[in-house]
Amino acid sequence: MAATAQFRVSRSRWEILVLELSKAPVSAWFGLVVILIYCVVAILAPLLAPYGEAEIVSTPFVPWSWEHKFGTDQIGRDIFSRLVYGARNTMGIAVITTVLSFFIGGTLGLIAAILGGWLDQFVSRVVDAIMAIPSLIFALMLLAIFGSNVVSLIVIIAVLDSTRVFRLTRAVSLNVVVMEFVEAATLRGEGLHWIMRREILPNILPPLAAEFGLRFSFVFLTIAALSFLGLGIQPPTADWGSMVRENASLIQFAQFDLKTALTPIIPAATIGLLTVAVNMVVDWFLHKSSGLKS
Amino acid sequence: MSRPVIDLIAPRFWNTIFLAGVAALIAVPLALILGIFAALFRNSVFDRTVNVVSLSAISFPEFFISYLLILLFASIWTIFPSLANISTEMTLGERLKVTALPVATLVLITLAHMMRMTRAAITNLMASPYIEMAQLKGVSPIKVIVSHALPNAWAPIATVISFNLAYLVVGVVVVEIVFIYPGVGQLMVDAVTTRDIPVVQACALVFASAYILLNLIADIIGIVTNPRILHPK
Repeated sequence: MAATAQFRVSRSRWEILVLELSKAPVSAWFGLVVILIYCVVAILAPLLAPYGEAEIVSTPFVPWSWEHKFGTDQIGRDIFSRLVYGARNTMGIAVITTVLSFFIGGTLGLIAAILGGWLDQFVSRVVDAIMAIPSLIFALMLLAIFGSNVVSLIVIIAVLDSTRVFRLTRAVSLNVVVMEFVEAATLRGEGLHWIMRREILPNILPPLAAEFGLRFSFVFLTIAALSFLGLGIQPPTADWGSMVRENASLIQFAQFDLKTALTPIIPAATIGLLTVAVNMVVDWFLHKSSGLKS
Repeated sequence: MSRPVIDLIAPRFWNTIFLAGVAALIAVPLALILGIFAALFRNSVFDRTVNVVSLSAISFPEFFISYLLILLFASIWTIFPSLANISTEMTLGERLKVTALPVATLVLITLAHMMRMTRAAITNLMASPYIEMAQLKGVSPIKVIVSHALPNAWAPIATVISFNLAYLVVGVVVVEIVFIYPGVGQLMVDAVTTRDIPVVQACALVFASAYILLNLIADIIGIVTNPRILHPK
């Protein structure tokens, strides 16, 4: 076989994306499609929902029918419409919280890794202290102090969750900080911000991107659990966690009308489906970025 | 009228310990056995089924699993009560029957992770030369795992078990609310709603100490089974 020099085909980012996607396993495809559907539903919620978010359209607890696909809830709001709006509220808050948590944890982690010294020690010990208490318990305690509204919910969960982001960012940055190009940048007088953004951040992006997916599903589940406990997103805002609790009593009618009994399960299942989808995409991404073959 | 917080917490504390304890007693041995079998029959149908089931159990919220169990075993097929209404004059048998569904939920949410980590710890060890040596000597597969791989796997398994028992402590909060079980978790959520700070503090203290104690036990087991940790080079 004659070995001839191969020209390296230069591909645009879009072509690389298409190529990678065509090789992706079924589970990753499933995950991507599910996430895409959820996003479309969240963005187009007012167009897709037949009724308003908190609009009382009928008598309470109407069974499944053509006008009300999944029936109505305890005060006569259309469950299907609330599910559609819930995608927007629950996912929106989870995304904002995760972004905030990455901003806090990522910045502190990078600074701690670059500067080191007492600052690193101080932040690391504070993070250790916060992580010694289970986050749901800590969140409950802080919610009792600050009261349960959306803003304090977002800030509390973001701060508690940023501890894990901090640990990961600090750990992966420490491997990059010792490289020669960082030293070169320091010697030519670049500031902290430049070193963070231009020297280190691009090199630690793959693990951070995977972590973003994992943190998102964790934050999403925590917020759903808190809303389920009645301490997260407050009524009348449509939210999947609280919808489960509000309609839970319908389960007892399973022997008479199975569809009605399934109503409280649907929002819980939509939460689970999204988490499964995100995990599948993260698995595929981790597999790709770790460079393992087959 | 004021009354000490301890009067509220003390009776509920034992209820919570009972619920979490029964769940742990079932989940831990089951996770070890399933994990060992999954490691033994890697990539078989059994391994893959267990893998898929455990992955989905991790991803779904606790209340989804508990309501699904209520729907199946309390509503469609009425064999267990859907409310875990426990009282002091009940016998152990009655208590177990009443708490069957909450215990099952807790077992399902903790089992998956413990089992996967047991499998991973043993699979990792199976690649080491001394296991290959044992296999080449002709030791039976079960004996290879139980007497050669397992002693070295105890430390990581203990970490995961205690981590999950700590998770159990938190999972108990949601499960107690679903099944209206009179435990510390329910008390804490009620206290947060009414912003009764002393009760919240006391409950948080109980949960946090349980969490820290379990982590400490894991570290101790890790050191006892692997004395090398005590003598860093």
